[in-house]
Order: sequence, then structure tokens, then C-alpha cells
Amino acid sequence: MSQIAVAAPSIRPRRTGGAFGDKVFAAFALAAGLLVLVLLGAIIVSLFIGGLPSFRAFGLGFLTDADWDPVQHIYGAAVPIFGTLVTSVLALAMAVPLAFGIAFYLTELAPPWVRRPIGTAIELLAAVPSIIYGMWGFFVIVPAMGDYIQPHVIDTLDGIPVLQDLFAGPPFGTGLFTASLILAVMVIPFIAATMRDVFLTVPAVYKESAYGVGCTTWEVMRSIVLPYTRTSVVGGVMLGLGRALGETMAVTFVIGNTNRITANLFGSGNTIASLVALEFGESETGSLKLSSLLALGFILFVISFIVLAISRLLLRPRVGGRT
Amino acid sequence: MKLVSTALALALAGSFGTLAQAQQITGAGATFPAPVYSAWGEAAKSASGIELNYQAIGSGGGQNQILNRTVDFGASDAPMAPEKLESGKLLQFPTVIGAVVPIVNLPGVKANEIKLTGELLAAIYLGKITKWNDEKLVEMNKGVTLPSTAIAPVYRADGSGTTFVFTSYLSAVEPAWKDAVGASTSVKWLVGNGAKGNDGVAALVHQVKGGIGYVEYAYAAKNGFATTQLRNKAGAFVVPNPESFAAGAANADWGGAKNYAVSLIDQQGDKSWPILSTTFIELPKDPKDAAHSLAVMKFFDWAYTNGAKQAIDLQYVPLPQTVQDAVRASWKAEIKGPDGAPLYK
Repeated sequence: MSQIAVAAPSIRPRRTGGAFGDKVFAAFALAAGLLVLVLLGAIIVSLFIGGLPSFRAFGLGFLTDADWDPVQHIYGAAVPIFGTLVTSVLALAMAVPLAFGIAFYLTELAPPWVRRPIGTAIELLAAVPSIIYGMWGFFVIVPAMGDYIQPHVIDTLDGIPVLQDLFAGPPFGTGLFTASLILAVMVIPFIAATMRDVFLTVPAVYKESAYGVGCTTWEVMRSIVLPYTRTSVVGGVMLGLGRALGETMAVTFVIGNTNRITANLFGSGNTIASLVALEFGESETGSLKLSSLLALGFILFVISFIVLAISRLLLRPRVGGRT
Repeated sequence: MKLVSTALALALAGSFGTLAQAQQITGAGATFPAPVYSAWGEAAKSASGIELNYQAIGSGGGQNQILNRTVDFGASDAPMAPEKLESGKLLQFPTVIGAVVPIVNLPGVKANEIKLTGELLAAIYLGKITKWNDEKLVEMNKGVTLPSTAIAPVYRADGSGTTFVFTSYLSAVEPAWKDAVGASTSVKWLVGNGAKGNDGVAALVHQVKGGIGYVEYAYAAKNGFATTQLRNKAGAFVVPNPESFAAGAANADWGGAKNYAVSLIDQQGDKSWPILSTTFIELPKDPKDAAHSLAVMKFFDWAYTNGAKQAIDLQYVPLPQTVQDAVRASWKAEIKGPDGAPLYK
């Protein structure tokens, strides 16, 4: 089919209008492609220039200083960077196994009449605005965590080394763990939907061959489906990580918004996106505070960039080998 | 069908026509007075034909916008620095007075049953007092059974004028607070949890047993939260209500303050509520568009004369009459049109 479509134009006599149309289209496509690059560059540059006074004032210490004191005009990014990384990684740790289970169930195990409603529900979950998750988190999850889950976990783990420090009181309900939980719920649909779509692209003949030689369902998954779809699965996870890193409103509602670094996952913290959103309205033009917020935006950009770069790097040999 | 749509189009055109006749003024800034500004805007539209478009983007944002002249007036809770007013060619004047009140969530404890002092509030927010049955609190509140619940301090996580007023009060009454934290629209909190907005603080205090927070009085009154008594400068315990707010406002030294940047914190008088603040408007002295600036002054002139009812309904305190007259005099003296003649007459 595709061969015929490609071959057809060369048989017909060439029309000059077509060549002109091609040129216009090529120029348009090039411009669209370049626009993305220019926009990306412009955002990075303007964030960097905006953050420059702050980088000048604090140097590299900006990244490691845990102080955020608007009265003394001392600003450090360590706490929001820590909070952003901890909540995002924890959210992925919760979301990836669940999303994998959903996708695998939908593609391999579920009876056909179940697949469509569950699939649609997942797509709908992905479309829920983040403020809704924030409100749900604040009014439902936070009281449940504060009244039942946190006190119970704190009491149970008391006396066990490491764990008792990771999960310590007081049970406010808010905190890094609650934020991670909300983030996990928010990124599950993204990851699950991507995984389901790519699992469906595995040619049936591969799977049938594997089943034919006596593989179990799990072995088919591990040795056929996952290797075949690895690139896209990691892509889906990165998509989720991207959303988790930049999520603002939902996190603001449940993270507790304190500027302290704590090893306690029930303790409260801060993320870059949340801090910028909260402080932006009361930052005067030209102030060191505004500059520090722009610098934070630049750092978030760089973190997202590094995440993407690492995922590309991990995937490179595999992509080259298959195509 | 066609007839209906024609009629609709005519009706729409008609309503746009009347809208275009109304004088539009735009302002941006403080969130704290936003409810009363929008109430005034509603009432003034029919009364004076001036239509207010007010964006509550925060005091810092309001100051930025008026310095860039992207709006007709800026609004801020904290007074603008005198040198900034000078270099930005701005006139600053107050509009209404509001109060900040502590709220608590202690099951079994009724509104205004708990007595607190500024020193105790500071100690709570410094993390020095952590239990509700701390002996200092018990001694202050004989007759009230205080539980052994941990105190859960809640503060505004977003930069806000409310935080500026509250931390200014704590700095004024407790030197230890001034040294360790200080006063600003956002500060380095030592203990507790942050929530976004007055509503967020109120909701978090409501959810956490043993919670304490600070909000604009309107939010506490509207939602029936348990406020507390506070000891004022004269040593008397006062209940937060419009009378104690008005008493505090009346005792302030309005005449002595440059740019009306008077501090209403911790005023004299045994009936005065100690945590009060006024909120400001910044207006260009060299207006780009004289008609718009005149409309802004006419709007606030109308609000001073006729807006007391809306202000009181929303739990604000109107400005004392002497201050209103002084502001009108400032308009006459300082805001000039392109020909050098005063705009406001």
C-alpha cells in the first residue's frame, strides 16, 4: 500500500505548481520547527538573565543554601530543589508499578468488554485539571492522612531504625508524602495510557510464538512485550516525571509550604513550582526576591532538561540497534 | 428566527452603547481590600457612572504595575517606600482599615474565650510554646480547660499584606521576634505549616485540632471561626469587633505620618484592637490620561462619602472623617493636569 503511494507521483508528469507548493510547504515546516527552538532558547535566556542578579549575589551557594529569608534578603534554593526531587521521585515510585499493572491488565488479561470503560476512565483521569486534584487532596486526603494513616504508621514504625525517622510526627496530614501521593495519582493516567498504547503495538505473532513455545503470561511480558516497547515505556515514565516536576497548584494545597529540609517524609516542604507561584505576587520589580524566583525557574528548566537528556542517553544504543 | 436574532443583536448593541458611556478605570494590587473595592465598584457604577476594573494580583504586583503605568492606580497593603513614591511620582492615600485576628481550633473552647498576648503569640510562632496546656497559657486563661494538644501554627504561605501586618505586630511587641524573624509580606517561619490565602489558612486551622492561625477579620466573622482576645498596649484584654477596631483607628497619629503611612499597630487606648492596618492607593502625580485619573479620584471621593455601609457590611472600618478631608486636600494640591492646574476640584 505505502509503496504504491510513494511510487505514484514519479509516474505523473511534473507540475511546476507542485514544486512551488513543495517549497512553500517546506519553508513553512522549517519555520514551524525553528520557532520551537527559538521559543525554547528565548525562555531559557530570559529566565537566566532575570535570575542573574541572584546568581551573582549568592554564587553556587544558591543551589546549596537552605535559607529563604525575605526579611534579610537571603535566598537559597536547596529546600525547593530537594522538595521537587523527593516528591517527583517518590510519586514515580508509587505510580510506575500501578500504571504498569493497569496497562498490562488492559492489554493482556482483561476481558474485552472491560477494556473500553477502564481505558476511557484512565483517559478521563488524565484530563482532570490539577486544581481539582489539589482540592480533593486538601479536603479528603489530608484529613484522612492526619487522622488515621499518619498516626498509625508513626506508632507502628516507632523504634525501628531509619524507618522511624522517615515517618515521624506530628501528624499534620500535609507533607512530602501526601504531595507525592497526589502527584502519583496525577501521573498514573499519563504513564498507564502510554504503556497501554505501546503494549498494543506489539505484533501478535511475536506473543503467539512465545506462548506457543510454552511461555507463561509473565514471561511473555518480560521477554517479548517489555523489550519491544522499552523506548516508549521509558518515554511514558518521563512524561509523568515531567508533569510531577512542574506541578504547582495541587502540590501547594498539600505539601505544607515550609522552607525546611527534613528527612521525615511526613514533614512538610516546598517545591520550586509551588514556591514561585506563592511568592510571585508580592515580589517587586528589580528586587533580589524576584530575581531569585526567576533563577528558581531556570533551575527547574535545567532539571527537566537533565531528566530528558538522561532518558535519551539510556535509550540510545537500543534505538540505534532496532532501526 | 431571523427576527429574533436581529432583535438580540440590537439589544446587545444597545447594552454595549451604554457600557461605552461609563467611564472605565483600571486598578491592580492588594487582595485584602478587593472585596470592598468590588462592592464599591458595583454601587458606584449606577451612582456615578464610573466602572471599576480591579485586579487583585497582590500588593507587590500592584506597585509594579503602577510604576510601569499599565493601570490607572495601584493598590498595596504595606505603604510604598518613600523614595519609590518620590522616584515614581506617585501620591499615596489610604482607603479603609482592616483588622487581623488570631483564630484557633480547640474543641470545647468557644469564640473569644481564650486570652492571648502578643508575647504569647510570638512564642507560639517561634516554637517556644508547643502545647496548649503550657503553664503560661494556663496562667493567662484561668477558668478555661486547655487540652494537652500540640499547638499547630498555620501561616500564609503566599506573600501577603496580612502576613506583613501580623509580623509587624509581633515585631513591635516582642524583640525576640524582631531579631529572629522580622516583618515582611513573607518571612522565614520557624515552625508550623503554610496555606495559601486567608481561606487556605482558615481551612487548615479548621482541619487540624490544636491549630492556630491569623486571618483578616472578615474571613473569621463570615465562617464563624473561634477568634481570641488579645491584650492591647494599655494592658486591657479586647475582643475583636468593629468597636475595638474603630477605637484603635481613632487613636492613630494620622497627622504625623508622611504619605499617610501611619502604623495602626498596637495603638494606645484601653479599647483598641492591637492588630490593625490600613490599605493604600498609589496614583500618578503626572497622569498620562487626566480623565482617567480624575475618575479614580471621583470614585474614591464617592466611596469616602457613600461607601461606609459597604465597608462595614464587609467588616472593614471606614477612615476617620479628618483623614478623608486630608486626602481630598492632597488630591487638590498634588495631582495636576498637563496644564499644571489641579484636576480634582
